[in-house]
Amino acid sequence: MKTVYVDNNATTKVAPEVLEVMLPYFSEYYGNPSSMHFFGGQVQKKVDEARERVADFLGAEPSEVVFTSCGTESDNAAILGTLDSYTEKRHLISTRVEHPAIGNVATYLGRKGYRLSELSVDREGRLDLDDLRESLTDETALVTIMYANNETGVIFPIEEIGEIVKARGISFHSDAVQAAGKIPLNMKKSKLDMLSISGHKLHAPKGIGVLYIRKGTKFSPFLIGGHQEKGRRGGTENVPYIIGLGKACELAKRHLDEENTKVKALRDYLEAKILERIPNTLVNGDRVHRLPNTVSVSFEYVEGESILLLLSDLGICASSGSACTSGSLEPSHVLRAMGVPFTAAHGSIRFSLSIYSTKEEMDYIIEHLPPIIQRLRDISPFWKDYLKSQGKA
Amino acid sequence: MWDYTEKVKDHFLNPRNVGEIDNPDGAGEVGSLACGDALRLTFKLDEKKRIKDVKFKTFGCASAIASSSALTEIIKGKTVEEAAKVTNQDIANYLGGLPVEKMHCSVMGREALEAAIANYRGQKVTKEDFEVVCNCFGVTDREITHAIRENDLKTVEQVTYYTKAGGGCGQCHPKIEAIIEKVRKEMDKEAPPPKPEKKKLTNIQKIKLIEDTLGREIIPALKADGGDLDLIDIEGNKVYVALRGSCSFCPSAEITLKQYVETKLREFVSDDIVVEEVRP
Ligand code: FES
Repeated sequence: MKTVYVDNNATTKVAPEVLEVMLPYFSEYYGNPSSMHFFGGQVQKKVDEARERVADFLGAEPSEVVFTSCGTESDNAAILGTLDSYTEKRHLISTRVEHPAIGNVATYLGRKGYRLSELSVDREGRLDLDDLRESLTDETALVTIMYANNETGVIFPIEEIGEIVKARGISFHSDAVQAAGKIPLNMKKSKLDMLSISGHKLHAPKGIGVLYIRKGTKFSPFLIGGHQEKGRRGGTENVPYIIGLGKACELAKRHLDEENTKVKALRDYLEAKILERIPNTLVNGDRVHRLPNTVSVSFEYVEGESILLLLSDLGICASSGSACTSGSLEPSHVLRAMGVPFTAAHGSIRFSLSIYSTKEEMDYIIEHLPPIIQRLRDISPFWKDYLKSQGKA
Repeated sequence: MWDYTEKVKDHFLNPRNVGEIDNPDGAGEVGSLACGDALRLTFKLDEKKRIKDVKFKTFGCASAIASSSALTEIIKGKTVEEAAKVTNQDIANYLGGLPVEKMHCSVMGREALEAAIANYRGQKVTKEDFEVVCNCFGVTDREITHAIRENDLKTVEQVTYYTKAGGGCGQCHPKIEAIIEKVRKEMDKEAPPPKPEKKKLTNIQKIKLIEDTLGREIIPALKADGGDLDLIDIEGNKVYVALRGSCSFCPSAEITLKQYVETKLREFVSDDIVVEEVRP
């Protein structure tokens, strides 16, 4: 069976070029970068080189790049490392649509006695910046707002937010795990103090992440240990993965145009054809300020897990914000925060493309999706009711 | 990904008896769009009052569709009286089991059947007759009670898996707990659990039994977790033990000792055993 992988916001394929540069660092060059001997020293050089590549990709200084084990660690470190440096400030601002790596840390801090402000979004998934302005206080230690949403692809106006936050001198972090590699990031021009990225979302392997920390930002290490990463993150460097991530960032920079032309065109094609061929379908989230690779669509009167399994039966790998797929009983917190009606929230499907996606794959989806939705609607008691109510049956 | 059985997959991919019967003898509908699943069941009887034809329409996940399909296959050919005895467990068993988090799909099947039979008998069962306990999913005390009894449920989490009640905002958890307590008390009264009579032991017998129980039941389990335990002394009903290996470093060592060793010894030896930890 052929595999059509359109779940790149969940994880991506490791680029062959990335794997290739990693391999020697498992078996041949296994030295510890901290060692005094030549064998460790040669590895140190490669780690430095990778750090430069990541810095170049982010528009940062190499010294501002801290390697971590994943996006979640970067997010945890950013929040806890900031709060630890401002012990007198007990207020945190975030949004209702964050990834659990932020959202659940915030909830945890709430239980520990921190005050939380979680900004809401409108029906299109957009933030209300007045709400943000009103939430800022002298007590606020950190504002952390995702760059782009994993489920809908909606991009937040991070620089506009940065203006507001930095005018008050408050630390500002963004989880850019979904944005990195899809839209340009330039820390030199940014108001951000910290930014998280994750390797496996941009064709590096799972198990490597970065926390960008602007020079001069107050920060206490989250992982306490050796002097690695200039004392900001203990633990022997994950050398092969760091080298892999360096390569992946180099490629991502090179492919950024392609993401916003070729990938975007494929996504738009897929979206247009789905809307054209399947009635009672709506797109979730702001379609203008959106990642070029993501589309979240809701099919009314059918349920997401059923759609996913029928797609999966044909080799198509997508994901859903429906309740049943997550093991919880309610649809995704993102769709609920946006106020997507239940008729649609349960039937949401996310397609997320990559530079490896092809027109042929989109056509395969477009060919097979309409009969799947029709089949489930034929089983659904609500579809006929709906048609009747419209005088169509 | 859910670990569905082949039977679930088959009934999801090739559902049997999809549709709606015109002028049915019985019709029942449960669930709603808001809740994420719904099932509409219709059946027709033959002259011998057996279910001749039955059809379903379902909105929901794979296991909801498979449960509905299974239900129709189970009740086809049965009399209404026979069908009324079908439980949600029967539906789950027919499918070779469901993931526990998805048991509510089988309960939805049973509820639709109940509603359809009530409709056939001319009885009106409406949600309004009962107290809605969980507002998020519109689940009544009656449904919860039924699920607890039929499936021997003991915790709120289980009730959520079987009825969805409590799976949203969580505000109804105390109410569900109260129902569990009440129903379980009733169940205990109806069938008092057989209390194994533990005969009075001589000291020698007791020591022997403690040693046996430690060796057979407790130490292997601790070893599996990288720990170990030494019996130091026994004084009346007090058993002195030392924990060794990884257990003694573990902050939960206290709980392990108190809860695990003590419950085991109480179960196998005598109800009044008290375990004390001594440093080796
Ligand atoms: S009322 Fe039951 S979960 Fe909200």
